[in-house]
Amino acid sequence: MTMPIEWLAQYPFPPALILILGGLLLPLLPTSFRPAAVLGLPLATLVVGLSIPDGVLLYYPFIGYELELVQGDRLGRLFSTIFSIMAFAGGLYAFRNSKMMELSAAFVYAGGAVGVAFAGDLITMFVFWEIMAIGSTLVIWSARTKASQGAAMRYLAVHLFGGVVLMAGIVAHVATTGSIEFAAIKLDGIGAWLMLIGFLINAGAPPFSSWIPDAYPESSPFGMVFLSAFTTKTAVFVLIRTFAGAEVLIYVGVYMACYGIIYALLENDMRRILAYSIVNQVGFMICGIGIGTEMALNGASAHAFAHIIYKALLIMSAGAVLQQTGKRKCTDLGGLFQSMPLTCICGTIGALAISSFPWTSGFVSKSMINTAAATEHLAFVWYMLMAASAGVFLHAGIKFPWFVFFQKDSGMRPPDPAWNMKAAMIFFAFLCIALGVYPDPLYALLPYKVEYEPYTFAHVAEMLQLLLFSGLAFFLLLPMMKRTLTISLDFDWFYRVAGPFVVGRLVQGLAAVGTAVEATLTKMVVDTITVIRRHHGPEGFMAKTLHLSSMVFWVVAALAFVLILDFARGV
Amino acid sequence: MSDTSPRPEGGEKHWLVRPRTIRNLWIGGIILLIAVTMLDLIVHKHVYFGIEGGFGFYSWYGLLTCAAMVVIAKLLGLFLKREDTYYDDAD
Repeated sequence: MTMPIEWLAQYPFPPALILILGGLLLPLLPTSFRPAAVLGLPLATLVVGLSIPDGVLLYYPFIGYELELVQGDRLGRLFSTIFSIMAFAGGLYAFRNSKMMELSAAFVYAGGAVGVAFAGDLITMFVFWEIMAIGSTLVIWSARTKASQGAAMRYLAVHLFGGVVLMAGIVAHVATTGSIEFAAIKLDGIGAWLMLIGFLINAGAPPFSSWIPDAYPESSPFGMVFLSAFTTKTAVFVLIRTFAGAEVLIYVGVYMACYGIIYALLENDMRRILAYSIVNQVGFMICGIGIGTEMALNGASAHAFAHIIYKALLIMSAGAVLQQTGKRKCTDLGGLFQSMPLTCICGTIGALAISSFPWTSGFVSKSMINTAAATEHLAFVWYMLMAASAGVFLHAGIKFPWFVFFQKDSGMRPPDPAWNMKAAMIFFAFLCIALGVYPDPLYALLPYKVEYEPYTFAHVAEMLQLLLFSGLAFFLLLPMMKRTLTISLDFDWFYRVAGPFVVGRLVQGLAAVGTAVEATLTKMVVDTITVIRRHHGPEGFMAKTLHLSSMVFWVVAALAFVLILDFARGV
Repeated sequence: MSDTSPRPEGGEKHWLVRPRTIRNLWIGGIILLIAVTMLDLIVHKHVYFGIEGGFGFYSWYGLLTCAAMVVIAKLLGLFLKREDTYYDDAD
């Protein structure tokens, strides 16, 4: 160990707090210090995170449990490393244009993700998990458009629901096992299943996949860069830690990989295309976690690492286009390669990396998952993953750059964006290729020893065949790919349209019943009052005042009657 | 530079979008496709299941599965597509 690492290990400090507290203090800093803080806080987190040794570093007693606030291991350090790098590049991309609140929320959000990566127990994990939900909601909300307000509220509702399910699962799990340990959990009780569902909601698994394309594209061009990285990948991290080898995840993952492609093919909005392809890529990771072998888990971890970089790069290039043109629909875009060459090249590098093109980062990470499926003799899964690999090139690898930067000429000639946005894109484009050409540093960080050689002649040839013929399919079927001004219905329809409709009808129905009951009751009361009034009211028979003359008459009549009786008795 | 079809606003089209470049790209692309498929003649494949060991498997599998996905998306689109203002009133 080197000196600074020893020194840091003496004073253990949750690295997550650097970003969380730093993010909260950011708005209070003098403006001239902010850029340094935006770039420095993630770098400090990176260094402190890497310095955390194996084992529990920081305890805190809490309601009879020992919370393990900081626990180091290879997997945690890997995810903390990529989360810190992401916060750095995102900060670089955003700091000149992003609203203060957005940057502040984004750092709290990133800090929550780092906190989960180093959490040693379920309670600590859950606290940081919920900090992420709040931070990310504020990032979406920061766009301050009507659409972003609605999207933020739906996003928050989905994640609070997921949080409640997770909380219930943790409580049930702790009640049965007595352990709050954040480690491999057997999928055999209601608690474990609820935890799995809670994790999967954040991963964008069915049926809750639509929260990603619903929420993320409504954030600002800067906010979405952060959003793409943390929530789904933290879910991947916790699933690797707790439910590696759970068979159900294989099929959930395959479904997600295919779902993402189909919906992205239907989509017209460039940022929604990229949001759907997050689901697609996380599907590969979830499938790898389900396979659960060392190679598959290495693949899922490496793919999460590579994915954060190339997805952020793609979203940075889409964000640059949105920032410079104000347009986000494929039907409005095209021909931008002429005036935004750097954005076009960086976006294309991201597109090649997401497609696992040889010599890009996606190639060295996704191959491990596909190979793990093959070595486990999962024929159906392998054929599906290969089809999905081809499909990624179709929907993200070509469709995104083609419709945004090429196709018909939109006539727009905006320049490339500001220097810091360009610098962030170049940095991540460089990493995409560097990791693809020289994956050893990434492999060295993975949780298990890597015994895998991505660059065999056969493998490169196979992937080139698969991808280039996928490209041929794209251009042959281009007439069928023509963009339309449409969106596609998804599960969110149930809570955006069907739910409100049913509730609306229920309220209407109940209101009608209420009105009828009220009317009947009112009629009964009114009828009763009418009857009483008829007899006892001022005009009623019982309350009638009589005229004096008739009174005198009746008194005289009564006296006469008495007189007659008396007279008759006397006789 | 014989191809000088003018753009509507006048001036020359970017060289990348001229019809001749596009035709050359198609020709180059097809040669590339044939070439990568021919690699199967010299490559030693690791066969796990069966048909993926056949000649040109990855080429036709990539082409056919992608075509299938586009068709499936198109068919699903008939049921799922709505105008992009669909949710504007609902929310």
